[in-house]
Amino acid sequence: MKDTIDAILKKHIPKEKGNLIPVLQSVQKKEGYISPESVKRISNYFRISRSSIYGIATFYSQFRFNPPGRHSIKICLGTACHVQGGDFILKALQAEIGISPGETTDDMRFDLDRVACLGCCALAPVVMIDNKIHSRMSVIKLKELLNKYE
Amino acid sequence: MNNFYKIQEKAIEEWQALQNSPEPVIYVGMGSCGLASGASEVWNSVRRTIKKNNLKAQLLKVGCIGPCYLEPFLDIQKPGLPRMSFNNVDVSKARKLISEYIIIGETKLKPLGHLGENKEEFEGVKSFWNHPMLKNQERIVLRNCGIIDPENINHYIARGGFKGLLKAFDIGPERVIEEIKTSGLRGRGGAGFPTYKKWQFCRDAKGNPKYLICNADEGDPGAFMNRSLMEGDPYVLLEGMLIAAYAIGTNHGYIYIRAEYPLAIERLKIAIQKMFKLGLIGKNILNTGFNFDIKIKEGAGAFVCGEETALIASIEGQRGMPRSRPPFPAVSGLNGNPTNINNVETLGTIPNILRKGGKWYSGFGTEKSKGTKTFALVGKVRRTGLIEVPMGTTLREIIFDIGGGTLKPFKAVQTGGPSGGCLSEEFLDLPVDYESLVSAGSIMGSGGLIVMDQGTCMVDVAKYFLNFTSQESCGKCTPCRIGTHKMVGILDKITKGEAETRDIEILEGLTSTVKNGSLCGLGQTAPNPVLTTLKYFKDEYLAHVEEKRCPAAVCRDLVEYRVIKEKCTGCQRCVSVCPTGAITGPRSEPHNLDPEKCIKCRACYEICRFDAIAGDAIIIV
Repeated sequence: MKDTIDAILKKHIPKEKGNLIPVLQSVQKKEGYISPESVKRISNYFRISRSSIYGIATFYSQFRFNPPGRHSIKICLGTACHVQGGDFILKALQAEIGISPGETTDDMRFDLDRVACLGCCALAPVVMIDNKIHSRMSVIKLKELLNKYE
Repeated sequence: MNNFYKIQEKAIEEWQALQNSPEPVIYVGMGSCGLASGASEVWNSVRRTIKKNNLKAQLLKVGCIGPCYLEPFLDIQKPGLPRMSFNNVDVSKARKLISEYIIIGETKLKPLGHLGENKEEFEGVKSFWNHPMLKNQERIVLRNCGIIDPENINHYIARGGFKGLLKAFDIGPERVIEEIKTSGLRGRGGAGFPTYKKWQFCRDAKGNPKYLICNADEGDPGAFMNRSLMEGDPYVLLEGMLIAAYAIGTNHGYIYIRAEYPLAIERLKIAIQKMFKLGLIGKNILNTGFNFDIKIKEGAGAFVCGEETALIASIEGQRGMPRSRPPFPAVSGLNGNPTNINNVETLGTIPNILRKGGKWYSGFGTEKSKGTKTFALVGKVRRTGLIEVPMGTTLREIIFDIGGGTLKPFKAVQTGGPSGGCLSEEFLDLPVDYESLVSAGSIMGSGGLIVMDQGTCMVDVAKYFLNFTSQESCGKCTPCRIGTHKMVGILDKITKGEAETRDIEILEGLTSTVKNGSLCGLGQTAPNPVLTTLKYFKDEYLAHVEEKRCPAAVCRDLVEYRVIKEKCTGCQRCVSVCPTGAITGPRSEPHNLDPEKCIKCRACYEICRFDAIAGDAIIIV
C-alpha cells in the first residue's frame, strides 16, 4: 500500500492544495477507500493536518472511509428515479441484503450507496452495479440481477 | 490558417467517403443511456457477427440522438441508400438486422426513420426528423449528437467544426463579444445572465493570469443535457471554450465535471488530445499567437459546487463552500484572479453563433430569451429523452406534442431542479422562457423537465427536494443548514399523517427565513419546491393533514397493501419476491399479507399478474 500511495503522490507535483482532491480520488480509485493510513501519508506530503483532510474529504460524497465490497451497488435517487419508484427499490434492497447505504455486507459481497443522479433519467429508475448502469429497474429485476454477482 | 484548410479538406474527404461508402456502415448509439440499455452488448455482438461472416462493413460509435426511451439505436447505411435508424435493438435484433438487411438484402424489421439529408419519405420510410418527438425540435447545440463519431475530430471538422473559431480569429475579441451581444445569448446554467456582459466584465478586469472555467458539474437530479452533449459532441464545447478564452483574453481553461460522468470525461480527454495534435489547443494556435490549455478537474460529488464561488473553492482543493459576492469571480475568482465561468450548453452554443452569426441566432426564441434550449424530458411522460426547442415553446407543446403526454392524467411538471418549482395544469400554455417561469414561481434552471401524473404525490415530491437540499447544504448559513432540516421534519410529519394544520403555517414561515437568510442560490431557492406545491397543490397537503390520506397512494405510512382474496390465484410469485416474508400461503389458495412484516416495497404489487394486490390508500384515524 505504501508504494501505491507514494506512486500517486509522485504524480501530483507541485504540493499545492489544488492537488489534494485529485490525490484523494486517485487513492480511492486504487484502494477502494480512504484509509487512516493513507490520510496520514497524504497529510505528511501536503503538510496539511489530518483533520483538515478529513474535513475536506467528508464534505464530498464521493469518498468512502470503509473498505468496499466485491461489488458496489449504487441506487440512483435522482428526481426522475424517485418519481418512478427508486425509493421503493432501495427499501426492498436494504431488506434483502440487510445493510443501509454507506455499509458493506459482512461477507464483503456487496456495498450499498445512494447517488444523487446518474444522468440516465430517461430510463429511470436506474441502478449502477460496478460501473455498469442498469435501466428501467424493478425490485424483481434487481433481485434476479444480483444473483449474477458473486 | 493555411494549415487548417488542409486539415479541413482532408476531413471533408473522409466524411464524404463515409457517406458514399461502398461498404455498409453500422452506427451504434453509445451514449450513457444507450449503454444503460445494452448498447455495448449490441456492439460486441455486431462486431462478432461481422467477423464471423467475413463481412466488409464499417462499425462506428455515435452519441445520444435524443429519444432515449428508444435506445439502443442501431443505424445501418447501405451503399446508395440513406442511413436507416432502428430502435430498441437488442442482441438478437442486431443479429437479425445483419443477417437479413445486410447479408440477404431485405428485412421485415421496420426502421424508425432514415437520416438522409432529404427529409422526404424514402421507399416507405419516413425521415427520422419527422418522428413526432423530433419534428418540432430545433437542433442547434445538439446538431451533431448521434450523427458523428464523438471520438473522430474529422467528422466534427467536416460538419463545419472550428469555422466559428476561425471567424473569431478573423474579427478579433471585441467583435466576438459584440456578436454574442447581438445573439442575445443568456447563461444556460439557469440564471440567465447575458453571456456577453459576463465576458466583458472579465475582459475588462485587471489581473493576470485570467481563467476560464466550464461548469460541467451538472448536479440537478433529473437533468442530463450536458452529459449528452459532452458524450455526443465534445468538440463543440472545446471550440466554444477556445472562442470564449480568446474573447476574454485568457490562456488557461478548466472543465469542472462530475465524477459520475466517466464516459463524458473520457471523450473530452480524447478530444483534447486530438485537438492538441492538430495544433488547435496548446501554444500558438493556428499560428495566431494565441495560447490555450485545458485541464479537466473531476468534481467529487457536492451539489453546491455548481455555485460559482463554491466551484472555485473546490478547484482550489478546499471544501466547496460559497462565499459572498461581490467581489464577483470576474474580478476575483480562482486564486484571486479574474475568472469567467460558463455552463456547458452556453459554451456549446458559441461556435454556432460565430459560424452563422448573432443575428441568425437571435431569430429563434422570444423577445427577451433568444435562441434554443435543451431539456431533459423525463418522469411520467411517454417519450423520454433529450430535446432542444426554441425558447418560448409552451409546456403543452413540449409535454404533449414532443413527449406524447402521460399515461395517467397529467398533474404537474417540475422545472429547474431543486431550486425550481412544480407547475400545475393551468400553466401548460406558459411559454418556456426565463421570465415566464420566474413569474410562475419556478425557474428555467439548467433544463430538467420532470413530468408528474396522478400517481405522484406532491407532498412527497416537496419532501424529496427538501431532503436533497438539506443533505447538500454546505452548512455555512444557519437558516439554510437548520431551516431546510426543519422543513424536512415537518414534511416528514405530513407524509406520515402526524401533522396538524399549524405545521403548514410553520412550514410557510420557514420558507421566507431560509429564502432571505441564505448566502447562495442553494439556500435562497431551496424553499421553491415547497412554495409552489403549497400554492398549486394545497388540497394534497390538506388531505394528508386533515384526512390523514395520501391521494396518490405514495406515502408509505398512509398506505396499506393487502391481497384481494377473490382475485388471488395462489401462484406464489409474490411469496417468492417478498424480501421480508410478509406474504404466506399454500399454492393455489389465496395468500395472506402480514401488515406487521410488510415494508411496503411494492415488489408484490409489481409482480402480481392478476391485479390481486391493491395499493389502496387507507384512512388513519
